[in-house]
Amino acid sequence: MEKEIDIAEKKYNWFTMFWSGFTSMSSMSKTLWIVAIVKLVIMFFILKPFFFPNVLETNYDNDADKAEHVRTELYEKVQPSE
Amino acid sequence: MDLLSASAVNWSRAQFALTASYHWLFVPLTIGLGLIMAIMESLYVKTGDEKWKNATKFWQKIFGINFAIGIATGIILEFQFGTNWSNYSWFVGDIFGAPLAIEGILAFFMEATFVSIMFFGWNRVSKKMHLASTWLVFVGASLSAFWILVANAWMQYPIGMEFNPESVRNEMVDFWAVAFSPVAYNKFLHTTFSCWAVGAAFVVAISGWYLLKKRHTDFAVKSMKIGSLVGLVAFVMLAVTGDGSAYHVAQKQPMKLAAMEGLYEGKEGAGLVAVGMLNPARKNYNDEVDPYIFKIELPKLLSLLGYRDINAFVPGIVDIVDGGYTLPDGTTSLSFQERKERGLKAIQALADYQVAKEEGRDADAANHEIILRENYAHFGYGYLETEEDMIPNIPLTFYSFHLMVMIGMYFILFFMVMLYFLYKKDMVSNRWLQYVALWSLPLAYLASQLGWVVAEVGRQPWTIQDILPVQAASSAISAQNVATTFILFAVLFTGLLIAEVTIMVKQIKKGPESEGLKA
Repeated sequence: MEKEIDIAEKKYNWFTMFWSGFTSMSSMSKTLWIVAIVKLVIMFFILKPFFFPNVLETNYDNDADKAEHVRTELYEKVQPSE
Repeated sequence: MDLLSASAVNWSRAQFALTASYHWLFVPLTIGLGLIMAIMESLYVKTGDEKWKNATKFWQKIFGINFAIGIATGIILEFQFGTNWSNYSWFVGDIFGAPLAIEGILAFFMEATFVSIMFFGWNRVSKKMHLASTWLVFVGASLSAFWILVANAWMQYPIGMEFNPESVRNEMVDFWAVAFSPVAYNKFLHTTFSCWAVGAAFVVAISGWYLLKKRHTDFAVKSMKIGSLVGLVAFVMLAVTGDGSAYHVAQKQPMKLAAMEGLYEGKEGAGLVAVGMLNPARKNYNDEVDPYIFKIELPKLLSLLGYRDINAFVPGIVDIVDGGYTLPDGTTSLSFQERKERGLKAIQALADYQVAKEEGRDADAANHEIILRENYAHFGYGYLETEEDMIPNIPLTFYSFHLMVMIGMYFILFFMVMLYFLYKKDMVSNRWLQYVALWSLPLAYLASQLGWVVAEVGRQPWTIQDILPVQAASSAISAQNVATTFILFAVLFTGLLIAEVTIMVKQIKKGPESEGLKA
């Protein structure tokens, strides 16, 4: 019985550690969270989809086509003088 | 490079350099402060002295600011692989992907989990549990760096892979050879010690500022002692691992070593340039112009560092281009023209292999595959037009290397003086040393950045040494697109840097006894 209480208490403590940590943050911590979240939103929801498409994933459906594209690129990029 | 008229490949290079440089402002402080705050908390747990606890909590706040602002800035580099460097991304296959995936899954989550316990866990978990979390934050950050550096080291010294002409990818055949290549572990140690060095210089500089302001004197002296000890160890170990780097560069990237030293004509018993100025009149690799305006050389040292033999022959740029000298494995080096011919053979064989396969000529395909494998070590030379294309930017590599070494030597002396005054004299009354401590901080960051300039500029034109130059690695995209995202990144990262410095300065001004970050 005593063991059960201990475990329950530990679970409660882990939860409250995070809960009270998040709810009692200083204004500076809140600012940092805002900066970090805004940065991640810009990166993953603006930069990645609109400015950084994966060229091969976007233009080719399967690995064989991707390999063929790269093979062609590698061949055509040899200096024209050759 | 004239950026206004630059090609897509040069814009892509500039963008990668910009992003990596900004990212590298955050990383060293995370790892370096991680170690220092872990040492301080260990002292708190061992002695029970609350002053160590307060010191730990203060540096954890600074760590938190840096961590929050800097987190995930490196992911942008991975975005660029898929967009600007798609040929490279495909070509490297799982070799590059595996270390990065391990980094993301294992190290990053480990770091993130224990960061939250470290910040939220004071007085909520046991002292030992909290201390373990703080140490694991440091270990997690270091492991994270390890896997990134494994990927980078493979580009400098490709090993443990086999090229598959069917999939046009390098496939990993020996994970352990990739993960523990001599270049990788030396690079990891050298880079990690550079992070400790930046963290130490940071702690000593901020502590110096408190002493100058006559605030938090006891805290500042305590922090300075830990910072100076870590700093001295870090810079001495940087010299030791730097020696290891020079050895590996000499064996695997002789052109980089020649560029670092501005060595055009190779010689036996080559000296190491301690101080020198390159002659800008030397425009081409085979000019007759003296490459130096002046130089002070340490006799025989370059041969010793590079080949562990004071009389060893160190090839210069002309020797590497012209070939004909004996390599460490006893074979004779090929000239640029010979390597180019073999590179072109390999590229042609790759194309012919596929045609033969499609036409069902399996025997021909097998022959083309043999030709490809025989010449694969020179694959990238087929893309280079002239000899000059295989030579990196000499002045940038040379001055970056020498300035980095000079700053490193300065810091060894600096931390020795600091420790002497901290333990034998009165640090609090030595205002000149406090000023020196404060104003040395930019030098530590500069040296850290210069190290990457040497490593990355010095290996140009290669994304993968000898196998894939930048022009073949880049995507077929417009220069305008890359220029636009270059400007976006410059704005975003500058904004983040301003936010970091502003919040950090505010917190430093509040000092260690303020409430600050309760979390």
